[in-house]
Amino acid sequence: MAEEWKAKPALPAPILETGIGGWLARNLFSSPGNSCLTLLGLALLYWSVPPVLHWAVFAANWLGDTRSACDAGLPGVKSGACWVFIKVRLGVFIYGFYPEAERWRVDFTFLLLAANLFPLLAPLLFRSLGRQLLLALVTVFAVLFLYGAVPAGVALVLLFLPVLLVWLSQRVAEFAGGGTFLLPALASCFLGALAAGLFLKLFFAGEAMVPISLFVALLLALLLFTRRLGVTAWRWFLLATLYPLIAWLALLGGAFSLPLVETHFWGGLSLTLVVAGCGMLTALPIGVLLALGRRSQLPVINTLCVSFIEFVRGVPLVSVLFMASVMFPLLLPENVNFDKLLRALVGIAFFYAAYMAEVIRGGLQAIPRGQYEAAEALGWTYWKMMGLIILPQALRLVIPGLANNFLSLLKDTTLVAVIGLLDLLGIAKAAMADVQWLGFTREAYLFAGLVFWVFCFAISRYSVYLEKKYHTSYQ
Amino acid sequence: MQSGRGKEARGAPAGTERGSLFNDARVRAVIAQVVVLLLLVGAAAYFSYNAYQNLSRAGITTGFGFLSQPAGFDVSQSLIAYSSKSTYADALLVGILNTLLVSVLGIIAATILGFFLGVVRLSPNWLVSRMAAAYTEIIRNIPLLLQILFWYLAILTPLPGPRQALQLNGLLFLCNRGLLLPRPLPAEGFTATALTLLLVVLLCLALIFWSRRHQQRTGQRFPAYWVSLGLLLVLPPAVFLLTGSPLSWEVPRLSGFNFAGGITVLPELLALWLALSLYTATFIGEYVRSGIMAVDKGQLEAAHALGHRPWMTYRLVVIPQAMRVVTPPLISQYLTLVKNSSLAVVIGYPDLVHVFAGTALNQSGQAVEIIAITMAVYLLISLLISLVMNWYNKKVALRGL
Repeated sequence: MAEEWKAKPALPAPILETGIGGWLARNLFSSPGNSCLTLLGLALLYWSVPPVLHWAVFAANWLGDTRSACDAGLPGVKSGACWVFIKVRLGVFIYGFYPEAERWRVDFTFLLLAANLFPLLAPLLFRSLGRQLLLALVTVFAVLFLYGAVPAGVALVLLFLPVLLVWLSQRVAEFAGGGTFLLPALASCFLGALAAGLFLKLFFAGEAMVPISLFVALLLALLLFTRRLGVTAWRWFLLATLYPLIAWLALLGGAFSLPLVETHFWGGLSLTLVVAGCGMLTALPIGVLLALGRRSQLPVINTLCVSFIEFVRGVPLVSVLFMASVMFPLLLPENVNFDKLLRALVGIAFFYAAYMAEVIRGGLQAIPRGQYEAAEALGWTYWKMMGLIILPQALRLVIPGLANNFLSLLKDTTLVAVIGLLDLLGIAKAAMADVQWLGFTREAYLFAGLVFWVFCFAISRYSVYLEKKYHTSYQ
Repeated sequence: MQSGRGKEARGAPAGTERGSLFNDARVRAVIAQVVVLLLLVGAAAYFSYNAYQNLSRAGITTGFGFLSQPAGFDVSQSLIAYSSKSTYADALLVGILNTLLVSVLGIIAATILGFFLGVVRLSPNWLVSRMAAAYTEIIRNIPLLLQILFWYLAILTPLPGPRQALQLNGLLFLCNRGLLLPRPLPAEGFTATALTLLLVVLLCLALIFWSRRHQQRTGQRFPAYWVSLGLLLVLPPAVFLLTGSPLSWEVPRLSGFNFAGGITVLPELLALWLALSLYTATFIGEYVRSGIMAVDKGQLEAAHALGHRPWMTYRLVVIPQAMRVVTPPLISQYLTLVKNSSLAVVIGYPDLVHVFAGTALNQSGQAVEIIAITMAVYLLISLLISLVMNWYNKKVALRGL
């Protein structure tokens, strides 16, 4: 009677557990409430995304160089956004009213910054093939939109060749089991080639071509050399000390046979970056001093720092800028004329220094007492102890907080428009008032918003990267 | 700290047993502080002297006497009676009230939207949480000023004029003059309803307080919230109907080229309020999310093990603990919102900065006094908000730690 027991063949997994159906059931329709939420979300998306996409992409006017490309009545003109406006006004958006013949100086400072930042950002930008391809595609589309098909073709080759090379080098390195030192080298080449290409395009007839090409070549060599040495700290140091001097000299001129360009000609994205850069560079050291002062046991210094920090944190930046623009001239002798941009910079620097100080104080408080005692036991002076033992650890601890402050600072540079400086936002407003191009408010603000978003998003991602690199987070 | 003594102990030659006075930490501290103080006093004296010279050259009399003089300018929105004959002090009050109005409206909207965003981002629903994340990442990385200008110049100003206004059932109108709402007109006898409402609210508060005490003493729960809701829904409407519905609505009506009647919400206020709440909500949402995530998983499991239903778990276990983490950053977000409302100046909403530090300053030329008053008001508001919220924070913080 003993029948051999045989397992039945396994049933297939329930349809709601595997594959797309399973994913949907788990993530979108797990309960009646969840299903309602999903449907609501879908409805919201359906109601908002297609009209925006239609306006901004499919029905938008991309081609042409004149106002007639967007005149609603004309044949061939679509109903959506007018990106031609941005294309035509791009120079103003970037350079403000900087004299056209001198714009290469702004390009020079941008390029110098980009070339120096590039090796620092390269590990982040080129971490994955997808990211590299995305960057390359965005660049190609930008060149296509701005300069036409031929330069776009050049950019395509210039960009995808290095990406391909980098990818190949990675595969080879993987195969050989070695490091990937080729990656940063090739990535630097890629930027150099891109910059050289754009410059050839922009200044083919210009006199500045030869020195700039030479400079790019020199910079590339330097980059490759220093990258191999891995001197990140030195690079940051140079960026924070030497670079601002060079940039200020190049932008302002008045020396080395460069004509003087007064600051009221500055504007657009370049002014935004100048304000943000100067703000970050000055606010951080002042913030460090204030934080040290707040932790100090000397009653006078402590009281001063505490009252300054608390006062500044209690008032809005607008009122500080008003004060800088209205009250500074009152406080100085009659004949001293204080540059408007400089006044705004001083206001922003001291305002953000107070916020930086609070963040840094958090870091200082987190350093164990033993660290101070060890430094004191070595007989070190206060400044040596702070500079070599305490601050390096404390600043590392507060990277996320500092990055948040940098982000707010970058966003708050727009407030200089309140006292009449034409930053990216101010220039967008000025460009809208152009009689020839009335009525393109949305395009101008969306473009300005996109630029700010890219910068802010980049900073926030870089801070996450740094945080991971140093394994410091508040948790 | 004790370098002087150290040298003495080591048997330094007589006459230098205390070492150089300059190497004594205490002496150095005193010297440093005196130097800083002198520098500060010197700078203050120099700047005051310059300011005095400049002001007397421009023929401006200093002091706060100008506050009682007539201001001579109009303000587009005022919560109190104000005309161009009112004084500068009145203008200051108008500015403060307008700042407070947009701040309070913004704080309410940003809190609601922020909590919603924070909770939704943690929901297991893939689509909705991704949408909340995308919203947060987009909005908080764009400058607030740009958003205010976008709402004002790109959305609200290009709206059609009053004649082609967008409308809802002929009650609400949206046009380039702003948002028009019906105005409630209480007739005689409405005070009874208002008084009843007030009494019922007080009664409900007392009931909730009593039910807590009752539960602590006896362990028995009294459904205070349901009873309160019932009282609120039944008593005031009953009184309202019994006194003969003494309330009518004044609906805005088109007359000529503009609307007459109703309440007009200025487009400036609308733009500022929208931008402030949408922007601040992303930050509040992030803090709420981190607050909820900070609640230990074991707490949830323990609550489930005790047989609490999901909603009770949230109300009794998660929210009280999350609020402890959320409250301090929430305070600073509220403060930031109040300070950010000063951006009103770019679109011409008559807030404190626009009315007082803008128009009044240009009219009177009293730069020093006006900037000082403006900053003092903001400091005072900040101080009050932090006092209130710190009191609340102390209430929800862990006791006995």
